[in-house]
Amino acid sequence: MIFERGHFIYEFWVARFSLLAGLWTTVSTSFLTIVIGSALGLVLGLVLAYGIWPLRFLARFYVDVIRGIPLLVLILFAYYGLALFKISVTPYWAGVIALSAFCVSHVAETVRGAIQSVPAGQDEAAKAIGLPFLKRVRYVILPQALRRVLPPWVNTALEMVKGTTLLSVIGVVELLLASQQAIARNYLILQFYLAATLFYFIVNFAIAQLAAALERRFRRFKY
Amino acid sequence: MLNYNFNWSVIWRNWDKFVDALLLGLGMAVVSLLIGTLIGLLVAYARGAGPRWLRWPAFVYVEFIRNVPLLLLVFFVYFGLPELGIYGLDKVQSFVLTLSLYAGAYMAEVFRAGLASIPRGYAEAARAIGLRPLQRQRYVILPVMFRITLPSITNNLVSLFKDTSLAAAIAVPELTFTARQVNANTFRVMESWLTATALYLFTAYAIAIVLRLVEKRYAVIR
Repeated sequence: MIFERGHFIYEFWVARFSLLAGLWTTVSTSFLTIVIGSALGLVLGLVLAYGIWPLRFLARFYVDVIRGIPLLVLILFAYYGLALFKISVTPYWAGVIALSAFCVSHVAETVRGAIQSVPAGQDEAAKAIGLPFLKRVRYVILPQALRRVLPPWVNTALEMVKGTTLLSVIGVVELLLASQQAIARNYLILQFYLAATLFYFIVNFAIAQLAAALERRFRRFKY
Repeated sequence: MLNYNFNWSVIWRNWDKFVDALLLGLGMAVVSLLIGTLIGLLVAYARGAGPRWLRWPAFVYVEFIRNVPLLLLVFFVYFGLPELGIYGLDKVQSFVLTLSLYAGAYMAEVFRAGLASIPRGYAEAARAIGLRPLQRQRYVILPVMFRITLPSITNNLVSLFKDTSLAAAIAVPELTFTARQVNANTFRVMESWLTATALYLFTAYAIAIVLRLVEKRYAVIR
């Protein structure tokens, strides 16, 4: 009964390789996006907090524009628009570039907020013991700021994992599009969407709980 | 570096399309926010003060919606409901339903935090002057809660407006869909997407600025 054409278990087994390939694409795009976005976001956040004004202005402009438009528009723009700059990219990389650009602006804003939320006394004390600017940032401000970055950073990371589904619109076969392709073959609409939904839910919920646990641990370290 | 000749006439020729699309997106966002506010209030109360058998489903609803990609929910509702025998929703209604459920979960979190931040003294004082439980909520707790949560509601409206772009995936003629269509019909890549970008930016900031003024007017003075 179960191993018959038209039954979900059977169809799921038939589609296992394409679903796994889709899953891999979801994981790799998420990973690339989060790594690139966080690294550049940290730099941009520092610029927002400490940069000289022309740089700070440019960074602010970038962050505010990106945060003001929908991720899907960014993805489609990158997909159709990058070719005009003689940059020939596959949908995969157009998607990663767009997602990273989005991730950068969100991480940058979080980092700026965290840096500015470190009490002024910390910086003053560091100055008083004679630390130069870079050392103050490196040893005093950032360790405290990054702790505060953690919860919103995890939120952004989860947004990015969820955002990878938008790549299906430009034809990147990630988990959602792989599920849709399976659905197109066997019309098991509810079952396959439910499977994809459950997958996203379990992964994201697990990450969120992990982050909450980490946050509770970090709460012990107060000044 | 960029050897591209702009031709904006394409945009002017389709301008009313863009405006209609923008208004449709804005309308969907506002309706979803209103329905979502209602859902959010009920769920926040269920989670905060409801009986145990209600708390648990409320928790599952909020966590489920918040951890699943919106696009997946959109497809699920749009293709899944007919499968369950629920016909008669067109694509706009289907999308608004999805976005409302989505907004409901986020609003529930906002309201839960809002309710938790109101000092106990408010409820006690309301009780002391003889208000009934429903009156206490209606005349004392809720007005304060809405004032406290107004900034978060603003943020939610802006992000809901941006989320209406996902309706393009089920061919609702909103801004992203229109830009994509104009792009496909005319090959004016930069013009169509820059227009969509500008309209989204303008509207998102207009919403934010107007509601910030409202927030100032209703700010809680502590």
